[in-house]
Amino acid sequence: MDLSLTEEQELLITTVRRFVREEILPLEQHLDPDADELEPEDRARLVEKTRAMGLYGLDIPPEYGGPELDLVTRTLLAIEMSQHRAGLYAPCYGVFGGAGLAQLFEATEEQKERYLYPMLHGEKKGFFGLTEPSGGSDPARAIRTRAVRDGDHWVINGSKIFISGADKADFGLVFARTDPEKGRGGVTCFIVDTDTPGFHVRRIVHTLRAARYATELSFEDMRVPHANVLGEVNKGFAIANDRLSRQRIPYAAGCIGVAIKAHEMALEYVPQRETFGAPLSTRQAVQWMLVDNEIDIRQARWLTLEAAHRADRGEDFRKEAAMAKLVATEAASRVVDRCIQMFGGYGVSKDFPFERWYREMRIRRIGEGPSEVQRHIIARDLLGASLR
Amino acid sequence: MAVRLDKPWRGCEAIDRLPGHMGVFELADQTGAVLYVGYAGGRSRFGLRSEIADALGRFPDAALVRYEVTTAYLTRWQELLMAHRADRGALPPGNADVSGLGRLSPG
Repeated sequence: MDLSLTEEQELLITTVRRFVREEILPLEQHLDPDADELEPEDRARLVEKTRAMGLYGLDIPPEYGGPELDLVTRTLLAIEMSQHRAGLYAPCYGVFGGAGLAQLFEATEEQKERYLYPMLHGEKKGFFGLTEPSGGSDPARAIRTRAVRDGDHWVINGSKIFISGADKADFGLVFARTDPEKGRGGVTCFIVDTDTPGFHVRRIVHTLRAARYATELSFEDMRVPHANVLGEVNKGFAIANDRLSRQRIPYAAGCIGVAIKAHEMALEYVPQRETFGAPLSTRQAVQWMLVDNEIDIRQARWLTLEAAHRADRGEDFRKEAAMAKLVATEAASRVVDRCIQMFGGYGVSKDFPFERWYREMRIRRIGEGPSEVQRHIIARDLLGASLR
Repeated sequence: MAVRLDKPWRGCEAIDRLPGHMGVFELADQTGAVLYVGYAGGRSRFGLRSEIADALGRFPDAALVRYEVTTAYLTRWQELLMAHRADRGALPPGNADVSGLGRLSPG
């Protein structure tokens, strides 16, 4: 197994690393510590740069105009892009673009014309509406939002919670129960325009992630055309589930990037900071924290790259993606926590990014399937059908 | 938590006793019409105290102030602006140039 990087990967990593250090970090010095957006003129300037570099829309498949990069390379770049204060939830403040709602790659051509292409061109924004107040870890069974057929339309009633971006979106994917007798086989995915009568964004859900909020939605007799069913009726859960494993890999990568940055800052700090007449770096307690950081980061990095490598080879990577997500989120949480300990009072002040990473990293152990669900996936794979 | 700010209005005379915490605030004229919604973020010198003092300098018609201490000042500030626009059809005059806000129908 060759663990070395290709020349192209080395070059791309160096390019993105320089971009983060020369373009993102200086701007961040002047932004609010919790900011997750650049000033519009800065954003436009940097998007122009990433387009000129040929690195805009890295996650867009080549058939839709994205650069042809494998998942390992995109994972390596995601690790680089998150190495700044806002990097966990707003890597490089989005100036490298994104693929948006990847589920729309499975849409009909008419749906692609109305939603996918405008989204890829930055003309429309979408949201992903799966989680409900009744639960998020087992969405197939927790979904209580109901859709009832009425001629050429479906009438949807219900609510969603922890939905990001719905208040600014033009449309969204809403998962609703179309057959109450079936569990995951009774869920359908609808493409819903946010100006549809009966669509409401009721409130912002304030969380530890104080920079980027989620919303609570309600649907009251919301009529959606049958033509807006994504995929097939009662097969919506497969659409949601299909992308879950793949999304866990960049999710893990973002955590690793933040952990690397925090660790790097600690390595610079401890030789300078003196206590009782000697630098912190001479204290064994501090040295061991640094060693544990290094091991945590390497474990998470290799597990994540292995998952990406298997995905690139077309092999089953569900278990590996679960391991990557589980280990990276928990390891990075430990790394940030240790760095705060080494920085002392400054570690919890807004003068440094650790406190933001600490808050946001806590959510990473819940989002995209909590640690317990990842362990369940891994156990099910190890034990086979007996747990299915 | 209430979507709209439900803290009591108070006069603007004793601002040196306001807290130095992070948070959000509203300034209103004598009739209670909101003129400006602001926040004290992580880079403010003395939190709400200094941000409200600065804002009062820019809004001479302000006679009332109310505030809420919160570490989620950015998202709360956006929520207050969205709720204000949903209720009154427009942003407060002092925030008229704020762009990129979402749509809220708080009911």
